[in-house]
Amino acid sequence: MYTVGLFVPCYIDQFYPQVAISSLQLLEKLGCKVVVPLNQTCCGQPMANSGFASLSKGCDANFIQNFGELDYIVCPSGSCTLHIKEHLHSEQFPEKATLIQQRIYELTEFLTDVLKLTTFKGSFPHRVGLHNSCHGQRGLHLSSMSELVAPVFSKPADLLKRISGLELLLPERSDECCGFGGTFCVFEESVSVKMGKDRIREHEQNQVDIITGGDMSCLMHLEGILKRKKSPVRVMHIAEILNDGYE
Amino acid sequence: MSSRHAQLAEQFNADEARTNWHDQTLWWVRQKRDRAANTLPEWEQLRQWASDIKDHTLSNLHAYLLEFEKNALANGVFVHWAKDAEEHNRIIYDILQKAGVDRIVKSKSMLTEECHLNPYLQKKGIDVVDTDLGERIVQFREEAPSHIVLPAIHLKKEDVSDTFHEHLGTEKGNNDPQYLTHAARLHLREKFIQSDIAITGVNFAIAETGGIVVCTNEGNADMGAHAARVHIACMGFEKIIPKAEHLGVFTRLLARSATGQPITTYTSHFHRPAPGKEMHIVLVDNGRSRQLGREDFRNSLKCIRCAACFNTCPVYRRSGGHSYHTAVAGPIGSILNPNLDMKANADLPFASTLCGSCSNVCPVKINIHEQLWKWRQVISAEGLTDPSKKMGMKLMAWVLARPAVYRFAGKAARWVTANLPFLVKNKTWNPWFKQREMPEAPKQSFQEWYKKQQRS
Ligand code: SF4
Repeated sequence: MYTVGLFVPCYIDQFYPQVAISSLQLLEKLGCKVVVPLNQTCCGQPMANSGFASLSKGCDANFIQNFGELDYIVCPSGSCTLHIKEHLHSEQFPEKATLIQQRIYELTEFLTDVLKLTTFKGSFPHRVGLHNSCHGQRGLHLSSMSELVAPVFSKPADLLKRISGLELLLPERSDECCGFGGTFCVFEESVSVKMGKDRIREHEQNQVDIITGGDMSCLMHLEGILKRKKSPVRVMHIAEILNDGYE
Repeated sequence: MSSRHAQLAEQFNADEARTNWHDQTLWWVRQKRDRAANTLPEWEQLRQWASDIKDHTLSNLHAYLLEFEKNALANGVFVHWAKDAEEHNRIIYDILQKAGVDRIVKSKSMLTEECHLNPYLQKKGIDVVDTDLGERIVQFREEAPSHIVLPAIHLKKEDVSDTFHEHLGTEKGNNDPQYLTHAARLHLREKFIQSDIAITGVNFAIAETGGIVVCTNEGNADMGAHAARVHIACMGFEKIIPKAEHLGVFTRLLARSATGQPITTYTSHFHRPAPGKEMHIVLVDNGRSRQLGREDFRNSLKCIRCAACFNTCPVYRRSGGHSYHTAVAGPIGSILNPNLDMKANADLPFASTLCGSCSNVCPVKINIHEQLWKWRQVISAEGLTDPSKKMGMKLMAWVLARPAVYRFAGKAARWVTANLPFLVKNKTWNPWFKQREMPEAPKQSFQEWYKKQQRS
């Protein structure tokens, strides 16, 4: 049995609790013992990507305090996982920081590479479009990338394909960025929204019911645009679909 | 406060149909690039070699530059060294004066754009004609190129037709590309014949031979250089490669990355002046040695100016080259330009979502998106970000380092969103809300839910 620390990114904790609940329930259904350190906050990415990595020391220290003793850390966000992997830093406990960087997994990565989930009981009878978030894909290599001449694979798509009734549809540009980009979404509002609209258009052409992905931040941005135009298309984090679909 | 790039990008986006067209046109080039790359099973190996050769060259630049100079001199070429744009422009003007020439033709050279050679020479009364079709179009319009390979990609054929009607007297409203190209060809041919001096750029300079290689699709570099009495080739000093045998690695990558062609239509090798003629090479630093000294950014000098990073960039495609307000736009421009003027270009490293597609297409494997991230750190350390942004970040960092404060702040934020929506749902000061709805505020956070579960 695996003991797993669940890292819940701050915006998921506050605005999308059901994503964290689904991740927790799914991991428990799959036989993991899930620990939720209750003093966790944020990975520090918002500051670092805005040019203020120097200000994320407090976040780093807090992260290490909460997750330093766990063998596996699982996070339902490719972006936050990547940030920890690339930038977690500690003058005081450098070894702990390195260990955490080796032990942290994005959720679909953990399901695929550690739990080696191959069979899936249950069903989810919907047309689902997959949005590959850039940090999960190009940063954590959760799937192959259209720019490279390399074999094609996708950890999240493979998981979704195992769910009976689920019809998986990829947009025409299978791995174009949605335009969220952290503070980019407000500082470069017009380009950000245009990028989101273009992603949505391709999913709508596929007549999907739901757009899913491994990063709620991308989905939050897409959801904001979908709701503004009163689209019937919904967004769901991949953890919610996997948890709903798993009996 | 929105940045210069953001403002210009917003203007670009005001015409959505045009933005779509720009995006789709460049995406089509990206797809051509993908198809071309996929015809070579050894593609990734080639990229690695190209990267290794460039890394090696940059580490031994001094020796290769001297070797190049020695061999070029032995070939009968005049070699000039320019420490900056001003010196580069002056050297060229001196050559012109000595030759007693007041009109020149120029084939595409991003370096001369970087050095603002055209306005410099024009002020001195020299007639400069850009002979690359796209460059000529933007020159007529007194605009800067918006793309390093496709300088007029921001224009549609209707715009070109209008421009040619105004400057070349073509039929008004005739948008036939063949008709327009033909008119340009006749016009340029005349300029080629009249001109005694031709300036070209350089794609590769080979230390071992002292020769240079110029890649074009229109043959205008050759036309110019062969017709003129004096050929001046201008190059940033990072164009050096050690040996002729390395060239094939780059020519195989360059056109495939740029336009999806197996090779550029013309790959011209210049070694020495023809009998009775003159050839000059100007080697330019202009900030390159400073960039070479920046450990995190030095390998941006590996760039071979293929523009693949432009074509793949989802931000570039939807903001246009002019939104980068510099000679070299796009992702690579955003890591080169802060070196030239950090303050004026402090906005550029932020004009990216850090999606990483640029680094993946780059034929010489520059870690572009990582350098964008690093420039952000440098720029804020230098105090070149908006003070209000810094305040906000400081506050956020303070909250997020204190779990109890974080829980309180989260609750407060959710309460405000749920109970005082007018505070949040405000298009004037909440850019998110301009074109997007806010996420719904749930009654309880995950942590609150979890604690209740634990208790029950
Ligand atoms: S950075 Fe790379 S992809 Fe961009 S123009 Fe230079 S060589 Fe091409």
